[in-house]
Amino acid sequence: MKRTMKTLVVACGAVAAALGAGAGITPAQAQSKTITLCWAAWDPANALVELSKDFTAKSGIGMKFEFVPWTNYADRFLNELNSRGSLCDLIIGDSQWIGGAAENGQYVKLNDFFKKEGISMDDYMPATVVGYSEWPKNTPNYWALPAMGDAVGWTYRKDWFARPDVQKDFKAKYGREIGVPKTLDELKDIAQFFQGREIDGKKVYGASIYTERGSEGITMGVSNYLYDYGFKYDDPKKPYAMDGFVNSASAVKGLEAYKELYKCCTPPGASNSYMSEGLDAFKSGQVALQMNFFAFFPGLYRDPNVGGDKIGFFVNPAGPAGQATQLGGQGISVVSYSKNQAEALQYIKWFSGGDVQKKWWALGGYSCAKSVLNDPSFPNSAPFAKEFLQSMGMVVDFWAEPSYAQLLQAEQKRVHDYVVADKGTAQEALDGLVKDWKAIFKEEGKKF
Amino acid sequence: MNELSASSRITYRAVMVRPDVARRIRGLSDRTLAWLFITPTIVLLLAINIFPLLWTIYLSFTNYRANRSNVPTIWLGPDWYQSILTDPDIWAAMQVTAHFVIWTVVIETVLGFGLAYLIDKKFRGHGMWTTIILLPMMLSPAVVGNFWTFLYQPQIGLFNYVVAFFTGSAASSFQMLGDVTLSPWAIVIVDAWMWTPYVMLICLAGLRSIPDYIYEAAEVDRASKWRQFCSITLPMALPFIMLAVLFRGIENFKMFDMVNLLTGGGPGSTTEVASITLKRAAFESWRTGYSSAFAIILFVTVFGLANIYVKALNKVKSR
Repeated sequence: MKRTMKTLVVACGAVAAALGAGAGITPAQAQSKTITLCWAAWDPANALVELSKDFTAKSGIGMKFEFVPWTNYADRFLNELNSRGSLCDLIIGDSQWIGGAAENGQYVKLNDFFKKEGISMDDYMPATVVGYSEWPKNTPNYWALPAMGDAVGWTYRKDWFARPDVQKDFKAKYGREIGVPKTLDELKDIAQFFQGREIDGKKVYGASIYTERGSEGITMGVSNYLYDYGFKYDDPKKPYAMDGFVNSASAVKGLEAYKELYKCCTPPGASNSYMSEGLDAFKSGQVALQMNFFAFFPGLYRDPNVGGDKIGFFVNPAGPAGQATQLGGQGISVVSYSKNQAEALQYIKWFSGGDVQKKWWALGGYSCAKSVLNDPSFPNSAPFAKEFLQSMGMVVDFWAEPSYAQLLQAEQKRVHDYVVADKGTAQEALDGLVKDWKAIFKEEGKKF
Repeated sequence: MNELSASSRITYRAVMVRPDVARRIRGLSDRTLAWLFITPTIVLLLAINIFPLLWTIYLSFTNYRANRSNVPTIWLGPDWYQSILTDPDIWAAMQVTAHFVIWTVVIETVLGFGLAYLIDKKFRGHGMWTTIILLPMMLSPAVVGNFWTFLYQPQIGLFNYVVAFFTGSAASSFQMLGDVTLSPWAIVIVDAWMWTPYVMLICLAGLRSIPDYIYEAAEVDRASKWRQFCSITLPMALPFIMLAVLFRGIENFKMFDMVNLLTGGGPGSTTEVASITLKRAAFESWRTGYSSAFAIILFVTVFGLANIYVKALNKVKSR
């Protein structure tokens, strides 16, 4: 009996030692805790998975990811936040959510944490701090760390532009060389030139632009025209006073110009296009120009069919009233219903590190850190880096109010009705939009 | 013992296996036993049907928003009902819904009954054809919505090519989903394609329930085929047809998934049926009180119309 007991103790000891030794090899293998990060399912999310392996290796905290396609991203995660779900410990939420998430207590306020850990918002591009972190805007109240800088830009078929027949025909028609458009009028000329043209025996079209109705597509597209034509969300001196700013004569012209581009120069069936439809159109060689977020550009550049030397990038061209572009991108926040807030904050601290931010950019994510973007080598670090930097200097964002979803829906409906469904005039569409937005703000108790 | 019914035999076996349980049950009255059996169902119904309904009715009179739980809930009275019933956008959505419901029901009933009439005539391979015809209704609406989006694609879609083949026009010269005139019909076509087999199945049950001797008597009376169809087939199958119309009418009044996938309510608001408007108000704008009022209005509309219809159906059946 004694011998049996002794054998048993030795065996147990051996097993425990083996387990202990195995568990002690690396922190990754000793994952005591796992946190979940929620984001959209797209190329940069894959880069983040790769990047986060370093965090697990360093901290021993495991990472789980919940990625949802863009078309369901807002529905899914706003539902999660509104139902006080604890699925996400960390969330990379859209920039417009910040007002609602802050006011409804869904995000953890990060001011004290930033102060304690020495994280300064001065180390990030100002536009990204305002767009992704602050609520109320332009006040030092931070609810997220700028995580993924993004804006709307354009891609073009560099190889088509370089063809002698294209160059000759374009010059004959427009009296100038074909090249990267500097203005929205030039962009339309190029799109019109390619519309219906045969390239290598295949019929091609001018441009793929955002026209999607269901979520936010057409608003994210038309804004690039509206801003350049002089549209403003409200009176800079009197918040929420929208008459004459949203529906100004110049804004009306901007809306008309967007409709003209849609009618003249998009592929057949492009009445409900957003990011993925744009990518499909460009990758399949259907269009000469594509409007899309910078986040997709690394993937497009790597594409074996249309990437490399065949693709070029440019910023949203200027309009009569100036040059601006629609802000994309997101900040990373800690969900207040999370049971793993300490670990989530640890992740944010790690993510803010200079080396991590450099690696994030190298992997295909868009860092917002000045240490990366202001590095002299940055503009040459990727074929679209210079354009990204330029775009981030001229971004404008949609309303980030708690009622942003209602405001967005109203614009989706008014603009789609006019641009795609041919209902009414541009003036009527923008007047109607002012009426809708006023009703929403009135319901919110805003004074204007 | 051999003359006992099936249920009696089961009781007998139960008594044999568990005499203690049987003794306890024997002590309960029929009424108590009945309550024991129906209580779980009643509890479930109360929990998942009645309580949410009452709660929705309550919310429809308040300013409640599911995403602003820290804002105090204020009683608004019938304000939401008033604003919904006077909102032109809501009436536009109701018109889109009416167009969709009426045309789908008409097309599905005519085609469904026609197909049932043909399938009812026994011919070689009719079983195989029945199975093939039934395939669309076995698919998920999400799948149907997605693949019809491809079929309607102007450049690569099969639908456009077929139309182009017969009309001689270019395949990419029209867009079923992006055109204001065509898109309401595009969703009607897809629904008809998917659910005509369902109507056919119900009508087929009706046709097969007509006894052969009635036709034999009509033959003896030298009634023509047309007369037989008008005087026997149609009247006797009518309750089944009406039932199919009721089912499809209610289902299509609530239509969401397929239309959402095909057009998302676009172009503009051309195909925005009431359910899409409701979903946007409830889960995108988070106007919970408002959307509760709209849901109640839709519920009362369907319930009222269905009741009137069921009365008509009962009249037809009692004839």
